[in-house]
Amino acid sequence: MDIIKGKVTGINGNLASVSFTGSIRKNEVGYILVEGKRLKGEVIRVSSGSASMQIYEMTNGIKVGDEVEFTGELMSVELGPGLLTQVFDGLQNPLPKLAEKCGFFLERGVYLDPIPNKDWEFTPAVQPGDSVVAGDTIGTVPEGLFTHRIMVPFTLKGNDWTVKSVKEKGVYNVRSTVAVLEDRTGNTKELSMVFTQPIKEPVKCYEERLHPDEPLITKIRCIDTFLPVAKGGTFCVPGPFGAGKTVLQHLEAKNSEADVVIVAACGERAGEVVEILKEFPELEDPKTGRSLIERTIIICNTSSMPVAAREASCYTAVTLAEYYRQMGLDVLLLADSTSRWAQAMREMSGRLEEIPGEEAFPAYLDSTIAAFYERAGKVRLKDGSIASITIGGTVSPAGGNFEEPVTQATLKVVGAFHGLSRERSDSRKYPAIHPMESWSKYKGVVDMDKVERARAILIRSTEINQMMKVVGEEGTSSEDYIVYQKGELLDAVYLQQNSFDPVDAVSVPERQREEFEVLYDALMCKYDISDKKEIRSFFNQLRQEFLDWHGTIYKTPEYYAQGEKVSESYKSRAAVKEA
Amino acid sequence: MQKVYTKIESIVGNVVTVRSEGVRYGDIAMVGDSFANVIKLDKDIVSLQVFAGGQGVSTTDPVKFLGRPMMVSFSDALLGRIFNGAGVPIDKGPELTGNMITIGGPSFNPARRIVPKKMIRTGIPMIDMFNTLVESQKLPVFSVSGEPYNQLLARIALQAEVDVIILGGMGLKYDDYLEFRNTLEKGGAMSHTVMFVHTASDPTVECTLVPDMSLAVAEQFALAGKRVLVLLTDMTNFANAQKEMAITMEQVPSNRGYPGDLYSCLASRYEKAVDIEGAGSITILGVTTMPGDDVTHPVPDNTGYITEGQYYLKGGRIEPFGSLSRLKQNVNSSTRDDHRALMDAMIKLYAAYKECMEKRSMGFLMTEWDEKLLKYGELFESRLMDLSVNIPLEEALDLGWEILAECFEPNETGLKTALIKERWPKKDAIA
Repeated sequence: MDIIKGKVTGINGNLASVSFTGSIRKNEVGYILVEGKRLKGEVIRVSSGSASMQIYEMTNGIKVGDEVEFTGELMSVELGPGLLTQVFDGLQNPLPKLAEKCGFFLERGVYLDPIPNKDWEFTPAVQPGDSVVAGDTIGTVPEGLFTHRIMVPFTLKGNDWTVKSVKEKGVYNVRSTVAVLEDRTGNTKELSMVFTQPIKEPVKCYEERLHPDEPLITKIRCIDTFLPVAKGGTFCVPGPFGAGKTVLQHLEAKNSEADVVIVAACGERAGEVVEILKEFPELEDPKTGRSLIERTIIICNTSSMPVAAREASCYTAVTLAEYYRQMGLDVLLLADSTSRWAQAMREMSGRLEEIPGEEAFPAYLDSTIAAFYERAGKVRLKDGSIASITIGGTVSPAGGNFEEPVTQATLKVVGAFHGLSRERSDSRKYPAIHPMESWSKYKGVVDMDKVERARAILIRSTEINQMMKVVGEEGTSSEDYIVYQKGELLDAVYLQQNSFDPVDAVSVPERQREEFEVLYDALMCKYDISDKKEIRSFFNQLRQEFLDWHGTIYKTPEYYAQGEKVSESYKSRAAVKEA
Repeated sequence: MQKVYTKIESIVGNVVTVRSEGVRYGDIAMVGDSFANVIKLDKDIVSLQVFAGGQGVSTTDPVKFLGRPMMVSFSDALLGRIFNGAGVPIDKGPELTGNMITIGGPSFNPARRIVPKKMIRTGIPMIDMFNTLVESQKLPVFSVSGEPYNQLLARIALQAEVDVIILGGMGLKYDDYLEFRNTLEKGGAMSHTVMFVHTASDPTVECTLVPDMSLAVAEQFALAGKRVLVLLTDMTNFANAQKEMAITMEQVPSNRGYPGDLYSCLASRYEKAVDIEGAGSITILGVTTMPGDDVTHPVPDNTGYITEGQYYLKGGRIEPFGSLSRLKQNVNSSTRDDHRALMDAMIKLYAAYKECMEKRSMGFLMTEWDEKLLKYGELFESRLMDLSVNIPLEEALDLGWEILAECFEPNETGLKTALIKERWPKKDAIA
C-alpha cells in the first residue's frame, strides 16, 4: 500500500493544517516529520482540501512545508498479554521504559512498544476447521492472576472465518503467529497474541448487555450502604479542590472488589500518580494475596503533558478496560478528572474556531461525555460468562459550582452521584461525600428501606440544627434535640470513615450489615432523657463505643465484645421502640 | 536564515504578520529592536508576537528570523544577576550569551519522580509547624492586594535552607522590585539568587515569559544537584497577561474572559516542581492575588486544582484554616514525636476559640472554659501566628506547649497522657 503523504501548510498551537493528495480518513493517524522526529497526530477535520490534525506532542519547530505521513489507521492501542502492572501515557507509551531510554524528561516523537517483548505459555482453545468471529478465544496464556484470553481481533469483519491452523501448546513469543484464519474466498489472516483496536470505537463482541444489579463493593460504608455503585454501572465524584476527590479514588482503587482496576490520571498532578506507583506494589490485595499493582494499569497523562494526548487518554483507558472485560473479568475504570478531559476538548474546539456552547465548551460536550460513560456496562459474553466495566469519573467544577456544563452533562448519564462538599472536608469529615445532595440509583448491601429511614433522620437532624442556630439550644425541645443527636451519631460513626486507620479504612459488606443493624436499632429507639446535657453525654458515650467498635478487627472476640457493649449502651436508656 | 523582511502586513495589538517561508513554529525573531516569537503559521503568513509590544512598530521595520527558539543563558554566572522578562540584564552587568538553553522544555517523566520527603525550614511557625513546606512542593500564597505577601516571600527566600533562589516577578510594582532587591542584598542572599523581573510598566508579553525563563534556569540548577526555590509573584498577573494575549488573538474566551487553556498554562509551569532522584529539586512558591478575595475566581480556582495546597494570607497572618500543605504528612512524622499531635490539638483549640468569639459577639454568656479559650486564642495569635515571629520548629513546638500550659489543665487539651507526661512544661506541674 502506498503511503499517503502530505505537507504542513499552517500551524496554530497544537493544530496543524496539512495539504494532501490521495484519500485520507477522518480520525486517522498521521506523523509530521520534524528534524528527524515523527510527531504523532490525528486528523480531526477535513475541509476544502486541507486536513486539520491535532498533534499529540509539542509543536515547536514545525515548519510550513514539513512532510506528513498518513497511516490509514485510526487512533489505536495495542492489546495483548503484559498490559497489567504497566504505566502508560495517554498514547499507550510505557513511561518507565521511556525513562530508561530518554532519561528524566519526556522526549517527543519517541513511541515505544506498549506490549513487553516476552514469551508466554500458549494453550490453544480452538482446532483447525472451527469457525470463529471477532472476539472469539483462540487460546489462553497465564497473565499474573488471570487466564488471559488470546482473541480474534475485535475489528475482524465477516462471519465466514475458519481456523486454518493453530499452534500447539507451548511457549511462544508474544509477536509470533499463533494461529492462521481463512475466509470462504481464501483470504488468510495471521494472528499473534497482539492486535490493535481503535480507541474511539466501543467493543461490542458480547451476547447482550445486562442490567447492573449487583453492587460493586468498595468497602467504604458511606458508598456501599448509602450511595452504592453497581458492577457495570457509572458514578461521578464532583467536588471543589481540596475536598478529597483523588484520595477517595485511590481508596476505591485499593479496596474495590474488582478484578482489574484501571486508573486514568487525566490532566492531574504528577505527584498523585507517583503515590500510586510507589504505594501499590507494596500493598496486598486482600482477595488474592498478591500485590495490588498486579491487577492495576495506570494511564497517566498529567497536567503538564500535551493536551491532545489528554483527550486520548480516557479513550485509551476504556479500550483497555473493554479488552479485559472480554476475558470475563470485572473491571473498574477510575478517571481523574473528566473535567480536564473536557477542557482538552474545549481547547481543540477553540483552535478549530467552532461556535462555542456554554462556557466555551463545544456543543458536542454532552454527547461525548454520554458516549464515554455508555462504554461501561455489565454484559454476558458469548461463552456465557458475566463481565463488567464500572466507570467512575471525578469532576472538578470551576469554583466548586455544580451548575457548570461538565458536571451537569455527567449527572445526566451516571447512575450514582457522589458530590463532595467543601464544608465537610473543611471540618475534616471524610470521606467528604455530601450524604443528602448525593444520590444513587443502584442497590446497596443493606436493606434499602432501612437506609431510607436512616436518611430521613439525617435530613430531619440537619433541619433541627439549622433551627438551633437561630433559637439556640434552649429553644429546642428535647425530642428534637435527640433527633439532632441521632443524626450527628449516624454521621460520625457511619458516614465518616478513617482512611488512615488500617482497620476502619476497610469495612467488608457483612460487617457493614451487622453494624448498620445495630446503628439502625439505636436510631429507631426512643430515649427517655430530657436534660440536654445528659442527652449530649449519652450520645457522646454511644459515639465513643461505636468508634471503638470500628477499631476492632472483624470476627475477633474483641469485635463481638465491643458490639455487645454498644448494644448495652443504648439499650440501657431506650424506652419503647418507635413504630 | 539571516534574511531580513521589511514588509509587515498587519499590526494588531502585539501581533504582527509578515510573509516568509521556512520559518519554524515557536522560533524567535527580531522585529525592529525587539524580540518576537512565532505564534502562528498559515501558509506563508507568519504571525509574530512582539515582546516589547506593538506600539510604534512601523510597517517597514526590519524583521529578522533568528532560527532558534527562545533561549536563556545558563551558568553559575547567573547567580546574583537581575534580568527582565526577555532575558536582558537590567542590573548594568554584562550580557550572558554562553550555554544557551531552551525555555518551556518537555515535562518530567512521572515514572522518574520520587515521593517528596524532605522538609524546608522557613523559621515561620505557621508554616514549619502547621503547614510544613516540603521540597519539590508547589504551593501558592492566596492573598488580596495590599497584604504583605511580597515581604513574606522575601523572608522565606532569606531563611529557607536552599542552595539557589530564583525570583520571577510578574507585574511587580517598581517599589516592590526595589524592596525585594534591597532585602535580599541586605540579608546576604543575593549571591545565590537569580531574578527575572517584569515590572508593571514593562510590555505584557514579557510577563508571560518570566515563569518559563525562571523554571528553565531552575531545572538546570536542579539537574546540577542544587536545591532550588522558585518564587513567582504574582501569578494572577501572569494569567491576566495570558488573557490579554488570547483576546488579541481572537480566541474564544471561556470563563470571565480567560482563555480555555488557562488550566494547562498554569499547570505546565507549576508541574515543573520536582524532586530528582540523585540530584537536586525545584520547589515553587507562588503568589496568587484573589480579585475581591474571591477564591472561586478562575485564577485561584484553577491554581488550587493544580497545586499541593495553599497558604491563605489574610490580615497579615497565615490563616490556619484555609491553609493546607498536602505534603506535610510526608515529613511531619519524622521531625519530633509531638509535632503532629500538638499541631492537631492546637488547631482544634483554636477552632474552639473562633467559635467562642462568635458566641461572644452574639452576646452569649462566657463560661470559665470560654475565658480560657479566649486567653489561649490571643496568646496563639500574638506568639505564633504573627508573621514577625521567627523561630525554628523545635522552639515553636516548645512555645506551643508553654502556651497550652499557661491556659489549660493538661486533661483539657485532648492530648495523649503519655505525651503530656513527657512534654508538659514542668513549672506548671509544680504550681
